[in-house]
Amino acid sequence: MTFAYFPGCTLYTKARSFDASGRRAGEKLGFRLEEMPYWTCCGATFPLAEDYDMALASPTRVLARARKQGKELVTLCAVCHNVLKRTNHVMRTNPDRRAKVTDFIEEPYGGDLEVLHYLEVLRDRVGFEALSGRVEKPLQGLRVAPFYGCLLLRPAAEMQMDDPDNPSIFEEFLRALGAEPVDYPMKSECCGAFQVVHSDAMATRCSREIIASARARGAEMLVTACPLCQFNLEDRQGEMRKSDPMFQGLPVLYFTQLLGVALGEPVDSMDASRHHTDPRPVLRAHGLA
Amino acid sequence: MRTRLEAHKIRDEHIRKIEEVSAQSVYRCYQCGKCSAACPATPEMDMLPNQVIRYLQLGLEERVLDANTPWICASCLQCRAVCPKGVDLARIMEAVRMLQLRKGRNRIEIRRFPAEYLQRAPQIALISAYRKFQSLS
Repeated sequence: MTFAYFPGCTLYTKARSFDASGRRAGEKLGFRLEEMPYWTCCGATFPLAEDYDMALASPTRVLARARKQGKELVTLCAVCHNVLKRTNHVMRTNPDRRAKVTDFIEEPYGGDLEVLHYLEVLRDRVGFEALSGRVEKPLQGLRVAPFYGCLLLRPAAEMQMDDPDNPSIFEEFLRALGAEPVDYPMKSECCGAFQVVHSDAMATRCSREIIASARARGAEMLVTACPLCQFNLEDRQGEMRKSDPMFQGLPVLYFTQLLGVALGEPVDSMDASRHHTDPRPVLRAHGLA
Repeated sequence: MRTRLEAHKIRDEHIRKIEEVSAQSVYRCYQCGKCSAACPATPEMDMLPNQVIRYLQLGLEERVLDANTPWICASCLQCRAVCPKGVDLARIMEAVRMLQLRKGRNRIEIRRFPAEYLQRAPQIALISAYRKFQSLS
C-alpha cells in the first residue's frame, strides 16, 4: 500500500520525530507514505468565518494536488488533518464556495479525495488485530493515557473518525501494542492550542489539568497525535513545576514513537533527548529501553 | 452594571454582520448555559460564553467588544458539541474576532515577540496565532 502523504510545516521542523517515526512504522507495517512532491502549509486553522474564502485557498490547493497523486491523502498532524478534512467537506457540500476557490487557485478539484488520519489507516487498512500480530516488544503493563484533544474528533459530523463523546480508536491502538490504555475524563479536552501564543496562562492551566487528570488515573505517559498538544503539554511542564513545586509531570510522546518501540525500533531512534520530560526512565522500568 | 436596552439596536447592522460572517443566528440560543459549562477556558474569561451570545441578542455588541472572551476562545468546539440548539458558538466568536481584525485592530503583534520565543514555539502555534489574532494588513 502506498498513500499520498502531507507532512505539514511542523513535522518538517519541530516535530521531525513524529514524521520520522510515522514513516518508519509504516514501512514496517507494509505501507509507504509518499510525500507529496509539492505542498504548501494548510493554514493551521480551519477558517470559521463563512466569508473567508481566501483561507480555503491553501488547503484546497493541497487537496487538488494530492488528488493528482491518488484517491487518498494521509496526514499525521491532527491540525492538518482537521483543516484538510473540513476544507474537503466545504468542497463537497458547497458548490459556490468550491467554484470561487478553485477558480482562484486555478486548479480543478471536485472534493473526491479521501483525507485519512494515520490512526484510521492503522484501524481500517492495517487492522488493529494484524497490528497486534506485528508487535515485537509488547508494551506489557505500560499505562498510557491517550490524548485526543479537540481536533481529531470535532466537529463530529465532519471528522467522522470516532464517537466524539466516547472515542476508542486510541485505546484500541494502545491495546494492540500490548499497553494498558488509561481512561480519564480530560482526554478530549482542549490543551489551550494556539492560545499559548496569546494567553499563556490559559494554555498552561488547561495542560496542567490534563496532566493531573491522567496522573490521577495512574498514567505513566501521555500520547498525542498533535504537535501543538505535544508542545503545550510538554514544553509548559517547566512552568508548571516553577509555579507548583508539588507538580509531577508526565512524558508526552507522539503515538507513532510508541508504535516504533512496540515494533522493535531502538528507543534512541525516537529522538527522546529532544523531550523535556525524558520518556526513557518509564520505558526502562518496563524493560522496553 | 446598568444595562440600557434600545429597540433600534436589537438586530441592527452590527449584529446582522456577525450573523452573516458566522453563518449562525444568535436568536436560536435559549440561554441554557451548557456552552459555558463545557468551555475549558472560562477561568481566564471575563464574560461567560453564553453571556456573549445574550449580549448580542440584546444588541449590546459593545459589551462583547470590551470582553476578552472572544480572544480567549481556542475554537475547541466543546460548546458546539453540547449545544442543544445546534448553535456553533465558536463561529460567532470567530466573527467577532474577524470583524475587529478587519478594522486593523490586531490583538497581538507576533513580529514583536522575542526571537528566542519564535525559535522555540512550533510553527503550528505561530501560524494559528497569526490567523486568529492578527489582520493581514
